[in-house]
Amino acid sequence: MTAPVTADARLAAWEMVVGLEVHCQLKTRSKAFCGCSTAYGALPNTSTCPVCLGLPGALPALNGHAVELAARAALALQCTVHPVSVFARKNYFYPDLPKGYQISQFDQPLATGGHVDIGVRADGSPIRVGVTRVHMEEDAGKSIHDRYPGVTAIDLNRAGVPLIEIVSEPDMRSAEEAGAYLRVLKQILEYMAVSDVSMEEGSLRVDANVSARRRGQTALGTKTEVKNMNSFSGVERALEVEFWRQVGVLEQGGTIQQQTMLWDGASGEVRPSRTKEGSHDYRYFPEPDLPPLVLSTDWIRITGENLPELPADRRIRFVRDYRLGEYDVDVLTASPDLADYYESVARAHDDPKAAANWVMGEVLAQLRSTGQGIDEFCVRPQDLAQLLNLLRDGVVSHTAAKQVFARMVATGDPPAQVAEREGLIKVDDDAQLAGWLDDVIAEHPLEAERYRAGEKKLQGVLIGAVMKKSKGRADPKKVATMLGERLH
Amino acid sequence: MSAGTPRTSAAALRATVRDGSVTTGATVEEALQRAHDVKAGMDGLNIFVSLDESFLMDHARGAATQLADTEPGALLGVPVALKDNIASLHHPTTCGSRLLKGYVSPYEATVVTRLRAAGAVPFGKTNMDEFAMGSSTENSAYGPTRNPLAPDRAPGGSSGGSAAAVAAGIVPIALGSETGGSVRQPAAFCGVVGVKPTYGRVSRFGLVAFASSLDQVGVFGTTVDDAARGLRVIAGHDPLDATSVDAPVPDYSAVATRSIEGMVIGRPREYFPETLDTRVRARCAAALARLEAQGAVIRDVSLPHTSLAIPVYYIIAPAEASSNLARFDGVRFGVRLEGDGLRGMYEATRTRGFGAEVLRRILLGTYVLSAGYYDAYYRKAQQVRSLIADDFTKVFSSGVDVLFTPTTPTPAFALGAISDPYEMYMSDIFTVTANLAGVPAMSLPIGRIDGLPIGGQFIAPHFEEERMFAAAFALERALGAEAHR
Amino acid sequence: MAVTLQDVQHIAGLARIGLSPAHAATLVAELNTILGHMEVLARVDTEGVQPSTGVGAGGLQSRSDSSGAVPLARSLDAFAPALRDGLLLVPRLSTHESTEDA
Repeated sequence: MTAPVTADARLAAWEMVVGLEVHCQLKTRSKAFCGCSTAYGALPNTSTCPVCLGLPGALPALNGHAVELAARAALALQCTVHPVSVFARKNYFYPDLPKGYQISQFDQPLATGGHVDIGVRADGSPIRVGVTRVHMEEDAGKSIHDRYPGVTAIDLNRAGVPLIEIVSEPDMRSAEEAGAYLRVLKQILEYMAVSDVSMEEGSLRVDANVSARRRGQTALGTKTEVKNMNSFSGVERALEVEFWRQVGVLEQGGTIQQQTMLWDGASGEVRPSRTKEGSHDYRYFPEPDLPPLVLSTDWIRITGENLPELPADRRIRFVRDYRLGEYDVDVLTASPDLADYYESVARAHDDPKAAANWVMGEVLAQLRSTGQGIDEFCVRPQDLAQLLNLLRDGVVSHTAAKQVFARMVATGDPPAQVAEREGLIKVDDDAQLAGWLDDVIAEHPLEAERYRAGEKKLQGVLIGAVMKKSKGRADPKKVATMLGERLH
Repeated sequence: MSAGTPRTSAAALRATVRDGSVTTGATVEEALQRAHDVKAGMDGLNIFVSLDESFLMDHARGAATQLADTEPGALLGVPVALKDNIASLHHPTTCGSRLLKGYVSPYEATVVTRLRAAGAVPFGKTNMDEFAMGSSTENSAYGPTRNPLAPDRAPGGSSGGSAAAVAAGIVPIALGSETGGSVRQPAAFCGVVGVKPTYGRVSRFGLVAFASSLDQVGVFGTTVDDAARGLRVIAGHDPLDATSVDAPVPDYSAVATRSIEGMVIGRPREYFPETLDTRVRARCAAALARLEAQGAVIRDVSLPHTSLAIPVYYIIAPAEASSNLARFDGVRFGVRLEGDGLRGMYEATRTRGFGAEVLRRILLGTYVLSAGYYDAYYRKAQQVRSLIADDFTKVFSSGVDVLFTPTTPTPAFALGAISDPYEMYMSDIFTVTANLAGVPAMSLPIGRIDGLPIGGQFIAPHFEEERMFAAAFALERALGAEAHR
Repeated sequence: MAVTLQDVQHIAGLARIGLSPAHAATLVAELNTILGHMEVLARVDTEGVQPSTGVGAGGLQSRSDSSGAVPLARSLDAFAPALRDGLLLVPRLSTHESTEDA
């Protein structure tokens, strides 16, 4: 009987190896092989035609825009896009697969050989995850198993929506690395405007391949496939659970059975899928209804040159041009829309740091409370910039500025108009200020006396009261000076 | 009128409708009457799977009035029969299968749209070997079609019904489909003209797929000109078919008067083996002599990989078919049979819905694509296919304009005579090569043996249909009535 | 490369075809005969020969993203075997967690 092994000791002994397969819906208006709309929310089976219904005699016709988006994604992942790629049929039976085969790509995919940098090691070298391939394929329809008793209901609106499949090398060594890869990948795809990349909405799906091996071993252990994760954190948790299950088996001297495991987020368990082993012979062969896809090297090069700015490049530029720190840059570039918003503000106001503070502070707080996205936010960046200009020029005080902002959010009106209308323009007038100060001193005799006696820290309370009385319009600096003169 | 007497050509029909002396309604009525007279129905020749007489008459009346003020279509008023694997909006599209009994397509094939735009009247759906798999129309779930020239004989297949519809004089033009000779072989057996265009010449959108890299819609005609007119109307690029080619469509009828002086006609030795029936050989020789007499030059050539064509075809075609027929699962359309759960439904529907030959080919096709066998069978066959195609390329670039061969090794065999599947496959031996290479080919009658028609075949380079039509027009003119003796 | 009964049963499963034992046995014989004729291909030298690909040496033409769909002249309820609330119905899968199960 051996001594109990600590968790740390186990982690020191065993290494997790992870590869991820990500399916991403491309943001086209029509489907991959027919003109049906991809718009979400149509009544069941109304966004269909002979082609995506797989009716006898129908044939696929390729959507050029899907090719463009797929190539853009592949180039953004540093892949080589091949001038010739071939569509292939992946044959299997399932009720939401109308033709009994999926049009995909097999041994001549659109792109291969890319990578994604997911972080930096202590020595400054990037943690790099290889991208084996990016290929195009079509989505299947939806199967609804529990709406009616004893039957499965099929909606083919989604059948034929264009997808790219992004396959990584088994380069990840922990659940954290897997999570980091997914977050970086999602951000890149968002920046490239190729997909909505939402796991919640189903435009991004993840399958994981995970194996365990003794640390120091170079050969890969037997892997299992884990499916049915609905979020990035779900992926991370599922990987942990499956890894330790495998380690448990291996520690007992057992062997890992190559199989598909399904994640159950509610119970936090993985269990084997009940499909039969060996039933997946897809009998791939080149799709005879589609000649090879030929892309000119010029087109590939120009597509690469015209890529939207990559997140990594945007971050470098923000550090350089706006002299922002790493934390600020990460927050502001989290999504391309937010980054665009910030830049519009920063360009119209001369203090990028002030702009950053306002966007990260007031703007994001507002968005968090309403659950809106930055693209739905009603304060235009030029207006926010104008508010910051007013603040810089002393036209409104800091407190007033916050109130103006709140009114701008409520009405969508520009700041000068709001400040004017609400009477929030800063008051400089000595007589006004003296009047308010007198009132405050009269209303707070104890604090005034203690301040006069030497408790200077009560300045904040007294000035605060003046600010409140003046509805934020008083110039706090001036009030401070006056207070010092009045009560000494 | 009995089979064999001169029938009204499409050109003549159109002319009478155009000049108003005959209405479209009248042409349709006459075709329906003719169908009755020759006993085209189930107890007789069994040419049609469906023929909705009242619908056709109503439609015909409408058509006659509607075209009054537009440019009269090239096939105005001409009834054209459609093989039952071509999607049409009215009559069911059964593909000769139990599985699609009563299935009315919710969209129509591009070729049918083009026919209607030219003023033609789609005239019923003709019988065929199930899913186009067969060479005799005996594999239909709706009974075999009988050869109008000899009712105890097969009309050929898989487009036997369409060939018979033309041979019986019901319609001057009919559409069929080719995968391995399924238009040319029945044309030869029934004594009519049958054309397989270059792969990609005619849209396949709406043609129920058998083997996607081989399938083409083909045209039957009473005469070479009928077939030429039919092809001209349906040919041309279709954005809905990614394998259709964007190339201009010439007026094929215009080569009717082209001289064939100096045309080099190749006679490939592999199509004239020692074992060839001497009477077939004699008819071919007589045809070539006629061509020579008009100034053509006959040259012996070789297509060395010909003997590999049947094995190559019977790997590629079933492989693609096994995939194309996966959509017949009872889920979205067609007949559904119950079983134990979903898997049971699939199996019951497919096992009882498909006939024996279709099941055989699906299994053969699944096997040659399956893990471990793909390279040895499917990939290998596609490589040898390239060699077969190269044979044609080499011969055509050596100064040969067209090739001439017998269409089939024998005339029509008796119904029920061939039960061995591979023996049935061998009747495609002279036709299959053109499908594999994608080149255009056509058959026309060149005589009779014991009263049964024999066909001669022209094969041309890709997109050179005009050349083969020119040769065919010349031969047809030279043979005259001898073609049917 | 002889086809065995197991092979036939396996591919029948892949093709969702149910074979009685008698039918399966017949097919073993038939497929072996047919494939026997294909043996000749193994002897052909195809070194360096490209498998036939489709037409269009210029490559695949693509359509615009807003090209519009082929309309259905009849809606699904005219030809679907089992429909409810617009959804196609099939017997429920026994293992219904993921695709490729049936």
